Amino acid sequence: MPEFVIEARGLRKEFGAKVAVEDLSLTVSRGEVFGFLGPNGAGKTTAIKMLLGLVAPTWGSADILGAPIGDRAVRARLGFLPEHFRFQEWLTGRELLQFHARLLGRSPREWSSRIEALLARVDLLDAASRPVRTYSKGMMQRVGLAQALLGEPEIVFLDEPTSGLDPLGRLLVRDVIHDLRDRGTTVFLNSHLLGEVEATCSRVAFVKAGRTVHELSLADEDGTVEVVLRVGTLPDDVRAAVGRLGRIVDGTAAATAVGAGTHGAPPLERIRILVDDEGRVPEIARAIVGRGIPLHEMKVARKSLEDWFLDVMGDEGRPG
Amino acid sequence: MRREGRGFLTIAHLTLHEALRRRILLAALIAGAAFLMLYGIGLFALVRDLGGNPKTTLLERRTALNMVTLAGLYAANLLVVLMSVLLPVDTLSGEIDSGVMQTLAVRPIRRRDIVLGKWLGHWVVMASYLALLFGGVLSLSAVIGHFTPPRVETGLPLVLLEGTVLLTISIAGGARLATVTNGMLAFGLFGLAFIANWMEQIGTALGNKAAQEIGTIVSLLMPSESLWQMAASQMQPAMLRMLGDSPFSPFSVASPAMIWWAAGYIVVVLAIGVRSFERRAL
Repeated sequence: MPEFVIEARGLRKEFGAKVAVEDLSLTVSRGEVFGFLGPNGAGKTTAIKMLLGLVAPTWGSADILGAPIGDRAVRARLGFLPEHFRFQEWLTGRELLQFHARLLGRSPREWSSRIEALLARVDLLDAASRPVRTYSKGMMQRVGLAQALLGEPEIVFLDEPTSGLDPLGRLLVRDVIHDLRDRGTTVFLNSHLLGEVEATCSRVAFVKAGRTVHELSLADEDGTVEVVLRVGTLPDDVRAAVGRLGRIVDGTAAATAVGAGTHGAPPLERIRILVDDEGRVPEIARAIVGRGIPLHEMKVARKSLEDWFLDVMGDEGRPG
Repeated sequence: MRREGRGFLTIAHLTLHEALRRRILLAALIAGAAFLMLYGIGLFALVRDLGGNPKTTLLERRTALNMVTLAGLYAANLLVVLMSVLLPVDTLSGEIDSGVMQTLAVRPIRRRDIVLGKWLGHWVVMASYLALLFGGVLSLSAVIGHFTPPRVETGLPLVLLEGTVLLTISIAGGARLATVTNGMLAFGLFGLAFIANWMEQIGTALGNKAAQEIGTIVSLLMPSESLWQMAASQMQPAMLRMLGDSPFSPFSVASPAMIWWAAGYIVVVLAIGVRSFERRAL
């Protein structure tokens, strides 16, 4: 059984009359890169802030690394890059990391080699002695990442880490997330950028109007390959054989006749099948053609995260 | 090795570090230096005049010097008041608004230690500024006028207490209020106490009980002006105080219990600030 490092039960947050998060329950296992996906204003940031103890939930509870949210000893094992990464701008990049070392109860001298290594990791060694005030947005984000990773946290929370960044900045974030995954660090990634999530996350939860509406595992891509066929009428035994290879979601008993074909020719059926494994695709073709049934068209499409997103969010997921 | 419970000092250290780099401190130092220079020149002119006039008695000379020195201390007091309110006015609210507070508050540090650390850091700056300005006025009076007001050792701690009251209000208010609202509140209370104190003085002089009582009640709500009046009354000879003919010679001075009241006031206001910061969504 996997060890849950985050377990939220019915978290709810109201700000006056406004409900920011309606009812959030989720679990994240150790080592997972978990994507928390939803349109702007869906309550993602409030959710992350509740998990971090920055915002007290109106209702519900959560355990982080086995302790209730806000636990001080556990906070030493977390890293966080807020959405609007802003820091004490009068400090230099190095001083900022030294200050955070102190906040973690360590002396900057004790961690000096770690701080230098992190500055090198985010490519800020040259700028480490300059005040953060003089940094570009990308540099600010990099020093923010270094700050989040400083305590070698067990869970790293990243809230929209790449919004407004150039492609190089995004690449660095992606790289860092891959590094963390390889080290077994759990990553909780808030994002509305589907490509970013698709490239990094092992599992995603879709959040809509402050509620998790769908969870999806991206690691094993279960049922995400879609096969669309245009074929002659399938006898029942062939239909059953195809049904064993994948899940027929469309075109079963109420088969849609797509055009009656030329006069006298048998009508064509359109069938949609979801398969676990792309290796099943040729087997489906063989099952049909082997019985001499005409196969007019066969389209194979992996259901992208974007398709999922639009399916799950409906019209609300589309930009206004 | 991890050290527990050092968060408070880390924040105090950072606050001190930050305050020393801020332009507001530079502005306050320039204002303070300009004021001390002006005071020194004025005092020099006055002393030359007093010395050159054979008709002035020793008493007149001392009275004049004491009044000028008290006026100088009063101006220094106003600068300290400004500093006490303005330096920390945005320390919590500003960092909450900008989001800087988020990376700080997720660290294994108590929210209480953030407020107390900021309070201590700013208090050290305020106390140093007070020492600089009051030390400047007193040194100039001693060197140029060969005059030192009595009971400075009692008067200065009272001024420090006054500054601490204002500093505490400014920090605690920032846990809940926006920066401008917070500043307005602190100065509003200061102004209220100032007016109420004058009502109390005039009420006492004219024997008007209502005016006296209003003054007393307001000074309990906001003790800053009463503390200054106590300090001013300490730092002048009994003779001058009894004559009561200067704005620094109050007719009515709060009882020593006011010191305890002010100390308790600081503790309660700070506790309210800590509590509202602990509950605040960041």
